[in-house]
Order: sequence, then structure tokens, then C-alpha cells
Amino acid sequence: MKALVPLAAILGVAGLAYAGGLLPGTRALLGVVLPYAAMGIFLIGFSFRVVRWAWSALPFHIPTTCGQQKSLGWIRSNPIENPNHKAGVAARMALEILLFRSLFRNSQARLEEEGPRLLYAENKWLWLGALAFHWSLLVVLVRHLRYFLSPVPAFLPALDAVDGFLQIGAPQLFVTDAVIVAALLYLLARRFANGRVRYLSLPGDFFALFLLLGIAITGILMRYFTKVDLEGIKQLALGLVTFSPLVPASVGPLFFVHLTFASLLLAYFPFSKLMHMGGIFLSPTRNLANDSRARRHVNPWDYPVKVHTYQEWEEEFHDKIASAGLPLEKERTRA
Amino acid sequence: MPETATRPEELVRISYDPPPGDWRGSPVEFRKGTFCHAAGAKSVRYLELPNPRDWQPTDQDWKLPPNWKEIILAGMKERLERFRSFRLFMDICVRCGACADKCHFYLGSADPKNMPVLRAELIRSVYRRYFTTAGKVFRSLAGARDLTEDVLKEWFYYFYQCTECRRCSVFCPFGIDTAEITMMVRELLNLVGVNTNWVLEPAANCYRTGNHLGIQPHGFKDSIDFAVDDLEDLTGVRVEAPINRKGAEILFVVPSADYFATPHYYTLLGYLALFHEIGLDYTFSAYASEGGNFGLFSSHEMMKRLNAKIYAEAKRLGVKWVLGGECGHMWRVIHQYMDTLNGPADFLEEPVSPVTGTRFENARSTKMVHICEFTADLIHAHKLKLDSRRNDHWTVTYHDSCNPARAMGLLEEPRYILRRVANRFHEMPENTIREQTFCCGSGAGLGSDENIEMRLRGGLPRANAVKYVRDKYGVNLLTCICAIDKATLPTALAYWAPGVEVGGVHELVGNALVMKGEKERTTDLRGQPLGQGAEAIHA
Ligand code: SF4
Ligand code: SF4
Repeated sequence: MKALVPLAAILGVAGLAYAGGLLPGTRALLGVVLPYAAMGIFLIGFSFRVVRWAWSALPFHIPTTCGQQKSLGWIRSNPIENPNHKAGVAARMALEILLFRSLFRNSQARLEEEGPRLLYAENKWLWLGALAFHWSLLVVLVRHLRYFLSPVPAFLPALDAVDGFLQIGAPQLFVTDAVIVAALLYLLARRFANGRVRYLSLPGDFFALFLLLGIAITGILMRYFTKVDLEGIKQLALGLVTFSPLVPASVGPLFFVHLTFASLLLAYFPFSKLMHMGGIFLSPTRNLANDSRARRHVNPWDYPVKVHTYQEWEEEFHDKIASAGLPLEKERTRA
Repeated sequence: MPETATRPEELVRISYDPPPGDWRGSPVEFRKGTFCHAAGAKSVRYLELPNPRDWQPTDQDWKLPPNWKEIILAGMKERLERFRSFRLFMDICVRCGACADKCHFYLGSADPKNMPVLRAELIRSVYRRYFTTAGKVFRSLAGARDLTEDVLKEWFYYFYQCTECRRCSVFCPFGIDTAEITMMVRELLNLVGVNTNWVLEPAANCYRTGNHLGIQPHGFKDSIDFAVDDLEDLTGVRVEAPINRKGAEILFVVPSADYFATPHYYTLLGYLALFHEIGLDYTFSAYASEGGNFGLFSSHEMMKRLNAKIYAEAKRLGVKWVLGGECGHMWRVIHQYMDTLNGPADFLEEPVSPVTGTRFENARSTKMVHICEFTADLIHAHKLKLDSRRNDHWTVTYHDSCNPARAMGLLEEPRYILRRVANRFHEMPENTIREQTFCCGSGAGLGSDENIEMRLRGGLPRANAVKYVRDKYGVNLLTCICAIDKATLPTALAYWAPGVEVGGVHELVGNALVMKGEKERTTDLRGQPLGQGAEAIHA
């Protein structure tokens, strides 16, 4: 059920977009209005959410420390997993963002009733799948720049060459195209096959995967399997970024499915968990140095609280303090 | 020791395969042994918290205030603005499940709502419903659900099945810390008077008398005096243990269990012996006689109220800096919160060891040093005469307490000490120690007797690793630097890994410490004969 509704929604969108791409009346809607609207929603929504996070206060200093602290000079501290300086924090964040450091720790637990014994096995598949997906996505997005830039910057053909290093097929197979689909399929299969993950998944988790798969598959269909008019597509894309939109008649309906999916992703982004892209930079358990005893951190909304003062305490326990022979601030004259 | 009828073999008859259907299903069932009793009206009233009344989680009617829902939602709104962690962690979880089998409560109970991600979803679903566009429009399709009394009861059950250990946050690709979420939910529950006695009674005691156990000044003095006498019997050396002494150089703060519970008490003896030997100019305080802070388990405000005593007392006594004993959550509060809550401590001086001259630069603002940092420095500077053979009757392992490990990174100091005071030391498996250490299963105020089944379940991963080193190396002592560990791990180990005792790092320091003028030691600080172990190692 959790997967069916999203799947139906994606297929529905695909159908509508394909039909819309055939009808002259809706081509401008899908090729111009929709991308602009989606981009607008994305930019405003994304910024809004990041700003809202930033506006939330950071009252306490709560890094999760994953290595030795810096304390005594002769004890080797771990400057990255437990950074005590900005540079260490930068390194830690870079590792998290670029290499998914924490996910790399992943293991899998198994309980044997005999014993009983808890066993932990390495499990890097999730890390690998996630890394493969995100890096391929980045490369694919960068490759798409050639539709939006004219003239095409010199590094793009170089990137294409690297990405196509296998030199199979015509047009040449981009490794990232294969990897991104494989990674998405793995992540999807994992959501279905791993009982635990299926149990905790929400429709939105499937929706995001189906949508990304939809984008990848339509892209691949266009590149490898059907003839599309690349010139026309580039005109459309350039038109969008130069604010002189046009929809060349030569662009076929499959492209409209691809574009609609991409627009949907943009529009959906700020309302969804995909915001983790921005959020990861702000995570207070990762982006703070573990220096809270060396540098005072100020809570912006700090307020005075009721405390039980020493004077009140001494007042209440006066006789007991006296009889125990402990010093008193105020000797009470005995009545 | 609390009894449980179920044998270990039965308790592990669990399956990590989740039940069919959706988790937003049936209301939670309060099964005996898996939850803590509600806070009595007396403690709630003493602390001037809302809605004092007598009730129990098993009651049908929790006697919530009529506008409880508005209170909770307003409380959420406020906290979303006040805590970036809260809003962020509500927003960015991708439900990858990497954290799922990292929680000791999930591993021991297989209850899917004990997967950190689902624990968080219990409130995230409510957050979506009332605070996000997608949730308001698409409701359950967007993973949103209404806040109902059943949901509130579910929160109570599962957010008191989280020990705020932060292990999940080590594995989460975004560092989502379920402990932080638990802290938020417990604050919210406190707003409508839903709290547990095991947290609020110690908090109330601590607020009034200065310590969790409610020990009054004369009782405190008696306990310390008793320890001084005991130490004299054991070592032949009479030490001094000043209390509330003005003008001392250092204020020493310990968790109250150190002077009132075993095996903590042997650690206290260790401190006393050590301080005497190095001639430390220090004082205890009967007013600030608690390092622990159950505010961490109820609300940030309570944390601040209870923590205030330490600096206030340091100021009143005119000490230069503060030294802190072996306690886990106490050190989270001191390391990550105290300076912010009750600082700046500009009336104190940057801590310098009077014995070695070492500057504790890492504590230059808070001005509070961990006893393990202090002692490691002493040993490294060869200031202590140690006879590690006196610990040869122990084969030792070390349990990293959650907070010193994951909220501080105090990993090597205790190990350095242990390796110098004991000859037989063995680590537990890699993924159960250091930053990946497993909680005792009873932290964050869950250590009550009535919660015994859940505690044992939560203690399984830790105890299982102990059992491994027990069987492999003959480990018979688990050392740790946490008062809650020392109070609750003996129960968990007796159940899962019998034959392994629990002790403190400074207990072993006290055993090994050669004191000037001491009599020949025939026993350790527990009064157990020294002996056969020593022969074995020299054979
Ligand atoms: S590891 Fe983090 S992102 Fe993944 S499910 Fe757990 S809390 Fe969510
Ligand atoms: S903080 Fe610890 S107890 Fe709480 S959910 Fe995370 S792993 Fe479990």
C-alpha cells in the first residue's frame, strides 16, 4: 500500500505528461510554465526551510564525539572524529558530506538464541548504494549543464569522456547512468526486502525513489533507445535559463515526461525529506567543535530559573549542620 | 536485587522481523516490568511542576489537564524555535534505517518502536500533522497523524525506553540524535504532568538536600566519616576528608551513590586514598553533594536549576577550580551544558594540577576537570607509586559509559590508568566499546526495579559483550566511570553474564596505590583477600 499510491501517482504523472507533450495546447504549459513554477517553488521553499533552521536557536553545544577528546598533551586526540577546532570540524563535515562517514560505520546485528549471542557483521551495502547514487546524481546533473550553457565549457566534454570511459555502445554509455539506476533499484529493493526498513518506510520514501527512477529511466530512454532532437531540447533549456522560453516543435513527448518529472522533483523537494541535502550542513551533533569546556557557549534565550540557594539550604538544615560540626555561614542564636 | 521470573533463554526468544501491518496501529500496552511508575504528587509539587496528582500509567484516565493538547502543541512550537536540533531532526530523517539495530533496547526487545528512527517517528508524525504543509494537506499519506491521548501514552512508554545514550547518533548519516528528541518529548510530557518517579523524586531530593538520595548534611558527614574509618582499617592510614571547608583549592563533586551505594563506595575509598597521598587541598560540599543531574532526564530548565549549586558553592567556598568524580550523565551536563547554563565561572581559575603543574587547558572556561584526566596526568608524571599486582585477583575489562564516550570523548584517560594499575586488562569487541559503546540499559532515569524486564533487555548487548570476554579471557571485573552503570550493571551481569563484578576505575587505583605509612595490604578495598591472582601472573 505504502508503495502503491506513490507508484500510481508517478505513473499517472507520466501518462499525463506524455499526453500533454503530444497536445499543442499543453506543451507550453509543461515546457515553460511548469519548470519555472517548479524552480520558483524549489528556490523559495528550500531557502525558507534553511532560513527557518538557521533561525532556530542553538542553545547548547551538543556534538556527538566519535573519538578521543583533546585533553592532556600526551594523549593522542582524534582531530576529525572529535574535532576541537574549526579545521577539524570542516574535515569532519567534508567526510560526512562527501563520503558519508557515519553511514560507513554501519553494521548488522544478529541474535543467536544459543548462548544467547549477539553478533555484528559488517554491512557496507547501504553506504555503497547511497554513495553511488548521490555521486552519480551529481555527475549526471553536471553533465546536464551542456544543455543550459552556450558555449559549452571545456570541462564538460572532458567529464563526458571520463564518464564514458568504458567506450561501449553508441551513443557511448555513461557509467553514471548505469550506476544511478542500479543504486536506485538497490535502495528501492532494500525498502521492500528488508522487513525492518519496509516497516518504517513512509509513502514519501517510495515516492522519492520512484520519481528519481522515473527521471533516470526517461533520460536513459532518450539517450540510448529513442531518437530525440537534442538541438531542440537544448533550445528549450537555453530558452528557459535566458528567460526567452520557446518550445521547438521537434521535441517529442518522452522529453516532456522527463521534464515534468524533474519539475515535480524540484517542487516536491522543499516539502520532503530531500531537504536533508541542506540539513546535513546544519546538524549540531556534527558541525560543532568539542570545546565546550574550553570556550563558553551562550544560549540566546537563557532565562533565570528558580534555584535552592545555599542560604535557604543552610536555613533549613541549620541545626543538623551545626550538630555535625560543619561550618555555618550564619550562627543562629539559640532561643 | 529485583527478581524476574523469566530466564535468559526465554527473554531472547524474540524476532527482529517486524509484525505485519502498520505501526500506527494499536495503543500501547503497559506490561508489568517494562515501564516506570508515575511521579508522586509530592515531588512534582516540591519542584513546582505542573499538574501534581497521583496516577499510574496503567490507569485508564491519566488526569491530564483539559487543554493538554494545546499545551503540548504550544510546547512543541516553542521548542522548534528554541532548539535547532529539534526542528532539524524532525525534518531531515530519510528513514534509511541505519540506526535501527544500533539501539540496545531494540536489540534486546525487538520491539520495532525501539528502533531509534521509529521512536523519533512517534513525535515526527505529530510534528508533520501540525507544523508542516505536506502533513497538514496530505495527512497520513505524508506520514502525519493526530495527537491523541493514545499517542501521548505511546510517547510516555517509548521515550522512557530510551536511555539518551546517543549511540544511534553515531551511525546516522546526519547525526540525528534520538537522545535529543527524547529530551524534547520528556520536556513536553512534563508540561502536562506526565513524568516518572524514578526521575522526579531524585530531582526533588537533590533540589532540597543537595543529592538524589535526600541525604541531609549530617548524614553526608557520617557517610564520609565512615569511609575514612573504613579506609584506615584497610590501609592503616588515616586520611582527612574535609566538607564545606572554605579556602580549599579544589571543590570535589561526586555522584551521591559514591558515598551511599556499593560498588560505588569502593571508588570513593579510592579517591580518598589518592587525595591523601598527593596531599590535595580539597573539600567536599554537603550542599553540592551531587554531581548527577536528573534534570538531563526531565528538562533543560530542571538541569539548570540543579546544576546551579556547583558553581554557587565553588564561589561561596572560594575554591580555585572544581574536580568531578566518576559519573556518566553528570559529565555530559558538566562538559556540554554547565558553562552555558550557569557560567561564566569567571570567579574560578584555569585548573592547574597542584601536583604536576599541568594546565587543564581543555577545561579553561568551565574550570572543572574529570578525575580520570587528573589521575592520568598524575600517573604520567610518575607522581604515584603503584603496585598493580594488588589488582591481580581481577581480570579487568572497561565499559565506556555513554556520556563520557559520546558527549566528551574521554576514552583513553581511563584506559591509561587501568593499564597501569592492573595487569590483566582485556577490551571487549570493537563495536561495543569507545564511541560505539553499548549503554547499561538503565540510564536516563530508567533504573527502577519495576522496569526490570526492559532494563535487562536493554542491558543485553552490553552484557553479551562482557560475557564474551568473560569466556575468552576470564574477565571477572567490569570497570566503568558511571554511577548508574555501577548501580545497574551488577543486575544485568548477574542475569546475562554471571560471575563478573562491577567496579570503578578509582577503586583499582586505590587498590594499587602504595601509601606512605600504610600497613601491609592483605585485602583490596572491598575487604577481599589479595592473593592467588598474584601468584598466577608470576608463575
Ligand atoms: S540513521 Fe538517521 S536518517 Fe537513517 S533512519 Fe536513522 S535517524 Fe533517520
Ligand atoms: S539514544 Fe540510545 S536508547 Fe535512545 S534511541 Fe538512540 S540508541 Fe536507543
